[in-house]
Amino acid sequence: MVHQYKLNGYNIVIDSNSSSVHNVDPVAYDMIALYQTTEAEEIIRQMLLKYGDDPTVTDEELRVVLEDIRALEQSGKLYSPDTFENLDLDLTLRNSVVKALCLHVAHTCNLDCQYCFAAQGKYQGERAIMSLEVGKQAIDYLIANSGTRTNLEVDFFGGEPLMNWKMVKDVVQYARSRELDSHKRFRFTLTTNGVLIDDDVIEFCNKEMYNVVLSLDGRPETHDRLRKDIHGCGSYDVIVPKFKKLVEARGDKEYYMRGTFTHFNTDFTNDLFHMADLGFSELSMEPVVCAPGDPYAITEADMPTVMEHYEILAKDMLQRKADGKPITFYHYMVDLQAGPCIYKRISGCGSGTEYLAVTPWGDLYPCHQFVGETEYCLGNLQDGITNPQKQAEFKQCNVYSHEECKTCWARLYCAGGCAANAYHATGSITGVYEQGCRLFRKRMECAIMMQVAEAQED
Amino acid sequence: MKRIQTLQTRDLEQSVKVGGCGECQTSCQSACKTSCGIANQQCENKNK
Repeated sequence: MVHQYKLNGYNIVIDSNSSSVHNVDPVAYDMIALYQTTEAEEIIRQMLLKYGDDPTVTDEELRVVLEDIRALEQSGKLYSPDTFENLDLDLTLRNSVVKALCLHVAHTCNLDCQYCFAAQGKYQGERAIMSLEVGKQAIDYLIANSGTRTNLEVDFFGGEPLMNWKMVKDVVQYARSRELDSHKRFRFTLTTNGVLIDDDVIEFCNKEMYNVVLSLDGRPETHDRLRKDIHGCGSYDVIVPKFKKLVEARGDKEYYMRGTFTHFNTDFTNDLFHMADLGFSELSMEPVVCAPGDPYAITEADMPTVMEHYEILAKDMLQRKADGKPITFYHYMVDLQAGPCIYKRISGCGSGTEYLAVTPWGDLYPCHQFVGETEYCLGNLQDGITNPQKQAEFKQCNVYSHEECKTCWARLYCAGGCAANAYHATGSITGVYEQGCRLFRKRMECAIMMQVAEAQED
Repeated sequence: MKRIQTLQTRDLEQSVKVGGCGECQTSCQSACKTSCGIANQQCENKNK
């Protein structure tokens, strides 16, 4: 399968199965589009007709281009067949291990964000705080079920994890104490709304957290519209100085300013640029996940604007880089040479198999977005997986189990997408969240365009 | 004139042979939490 598109003056051809990327001129672009359906002589005739005014477009030149296309086909970089589908069978039989846990250390929150998928941190349940005992059990569970994996990840999530801060620190200390004897290396991430950040949090995070994810939606009016405290007041003025202090002290360690955009700010690039103006350079901005009828849901009428702003962002980022002031956008971080292997590209996000969410009382769910959907409870820390049939559904969920993915050019960049989004949109984890797919494809087109632009500069 | 420039990309056929070591980050762990993909994940296999 070949995907062709024009963006920012570039003519881009992606060979889906090999994930090869070609930057071509308009003549080659048209010839690649015709190559599989049209005789060579007819392609040449059509090109001479279309580009007759261009003295470089000659019969001889066009035959050279045809040879180049043929050579790419023969080397498996154009029109390549899908030779990976049979790997799917091995993946479903695999004896997977757990390598990441999302610890819901606080099912409560000090903000009342209207769009929160976790329903103000409670996940449709009661308010709860994870005990240190459960936190330690989670670390033990991860070590015991991670096989020979060395790198293990633990994300402190909520609700708002800083509402259980001492426990977070104690769990980190406990995990560190187990690293040597278990031959494991923990990478911790904290996702926070920032309200409770103080000097102790900053010092500890910058020492122990591999990554911190800081929730900021952008401009004050954007952020405060939906991210309010329990009294209905916006939280921007409280958190931004704290985020600045944390990031300034963080040095070169990883962090993300992570925003959510909604129907109310489809010009979300202006929110990202505001974050950049504040001095933040590592940025992420996600489309809101909610029911289609919610007032802040992204509508079909919003989609053209959203798509346009992904393009605006990509072009702006190229300019910022050229100006020596680059910013990073999480979804545009694509390394074409050092990216994932084919197993990763097929097997998906790992939810329910490699990645589990742990509730405050120690129940295991496929991921944070399934917590509260009781039929998706996979087991608990004490007894392990008690619902193997449900887990098997996730083990079998990969890029080839989504019928729609089979004809999608972006499938090996996405690996089948988010199981939770698919479930909430269609009732099945092997369905697809169509709006999310369209946004993902647009982001990939932009990300690859940026790679093409940078390769051309080199 | 060169009308087709092919970018350097990872050889996925070769990665079938090397195998998936699984040491990489889980897709949803770093920043998105709601709309994951794998394109922005780094391979951590030192023997690839």
